[in-house]
Amino acid sequence: MLPVVELKEITHAYLGDREASLAIEDFNLSVGQGEFVSLVGPSGCGKTTLLSIIAGLLRPSRGEVLLSGRSAAGPSPEVGYMLQQDYLFPWRSIQDNALLGLELTGRLDEESRSKTLQLLADMGLAGKELAFPAQLSGGMRQRVALVRTLATDPGLLLLDEPFSALDYQIKLQLEDLVSETLMRRGTTAILVTHDLSEAIAVSSRVILLQRNPGRIRRIFQVPEAIRSTPPLYARDLPGFAELFHEVWKEMELAGREGV
Amino acid sequence: MKTELPAEVAASRALWLEQKHADYRKKKLRRKTQVLIVRSSILILFFVLWEAGARLGWIDELLFSYPTKVFRQIWDDMVSGSLWPHLGMTVGETVVGFILGTLLGTLLAVIIWWSPFLSAVLDPYMVVFNSMPKVALGPIFIVMFGAGFTAIVVTTLSITVIITTLVVYNSFCSVDPNLVKVVRSFGASRVQEFNKVILPASFPTVVSTLKVNVGMSWVGVIVGEFLVAKSGLGYLIIYGFQVFNFTLVMSSLLIIAAVATAMYQLVVYVEKLLLSRR
Repeated sequence: MLPVVELKEITHAYLGDREASLAIEDFNLSVGQGEFVSLVGPSGCGKTTLLSIIAGLLRPSRGEVLLSGRSAAGPSPEVGYMLQQDYLFPWRSIQDNALLGLELTGRLDEESRSKTLQLLADMGLAGKELAFPAQLSGGMRQRVALVRTLATDPGLLLLDEPFSALDYQIKLQLEDLVSETLMRRGTTAILVTHDLSEAIAVSSRVILLQRNPGRIRRIFQVPEAIRSTPPLYARDLPGFAELFHEVWKEMELAGREGV
Repeated sequence: MKTELPAEVAASRALWLEQKHADYRKKKLRRKTQVLIVRSSILILFFVLWEAGARLGWIDELLFSYPTKVFRQIWDDMVSGSLWPHLGMTVGETVVGFILGTLLGTLLAVIIWWSPFLSAVLDPYMVVFNSMPKVALGPIFIVMFGAGFTAIVVTTLSITVIITTLVVYNSFCSVDPNLVKVVRSFGASRVQEFNKVILPASFPTVVSTLKVNVGMSWVGVIVGEFLVAKSGLGYLIIYGFQVFNFTLVMSSLLIIAAVATAMYQLVVYVEKLLLSRR
């Protein structure tokens, strides 16, 4: 089966007035159907750049992105992108925010509309459809953002530290919700995070990057037992702490060498 | 777990809260009344001092006139009907200048937002045009458009358009780039980007430039009338000055103050109306 997303020798340079800097060099990655991959690494290793490239928001200086075998040019409805904060539109009601993607891609009809409203209800947001973002708590808003992203039914979901701005308890709840939702829908996901335990708890593969320029340092396979357990409980499983320390040590090294 | 309070405790608490609230409202009302009293006293005192000063010879009656005379003049002009054409002319010019200025300014902002290239090209011209005193262009407008309505409206536009463009364009540019990123990630076109994010996000700024533009339009119109007009409130001021009829000058000023305030309040009201639906 074709991988959902394939990165082939991606190199990206940021060009400024004073200098050109290499953000990513010769990056290869292939993510299969239903996989949940995390990208971790010291800051400045090009994680967010990679997501922007996969999302089609940024054109790589060299190399190619294949989505289900087809070369991608520009954003595609196949790919959903969730950002660090909810970035809901304050002037739109919750339901109008959730329907934004369908509206923009011209697929808003009765069916997709009721599906989205159902999705909002599934996320515990029933009764908030006509409220405005300012009236909701941070956790609720991020759930709305998740619905907005899922409403267009993307096969691949990109998550750029979507839980980092939340309180710890809310963050754990949301990790569970996202991981469960994605597993049920069979959505492939790539998560960028600073939080190593989060990365191990939710994903099947953790990819550690190093910087200057950004490239893969090491790939950790998460054992099946941890992978199939909801994130909140996965943290208590045997083997979790060991893996955490292994990733941690490697990341320390990466951080020191990359300077 | 929530424990039930005994009924009398709950009742006394409610009473206490009620009392506190009543106190709070009373205090607020008292404050409001105080402000109102002092505010109107200042106005009354001003007119009384003016009147007394002129009659007792503290200030030159010929130069400053005095309130009863000024109001008499306004009343006479209203009754004889000689005020209305002047007032109509000035208000007409202001309204046209205000609406056109806001529309053109916003349109120009959209165009330069649309094309960053054009924005870069036009930038120094905008800076020059924005910094120069536009009133200095008055004579050129008169030569181009003739002494009259058009020249005055164009003078007004020269004052309002560029500043509107700059303010609105800035608000377009200061829209959170992450909101734009959200719609781009859905593959939005530039038109969609504008309609779904940029315009709604900057709408409050666009509306608040309306308020600035009302004031600007009055400046443009009065200055324009100083330069060319044969009618209008600005003309009355210049005419009164030339024939040394300062009662006419003062009465025109009072009318301008009243009408400009009314217009400003109208715009504030419209702004409230437009923004309340959000």
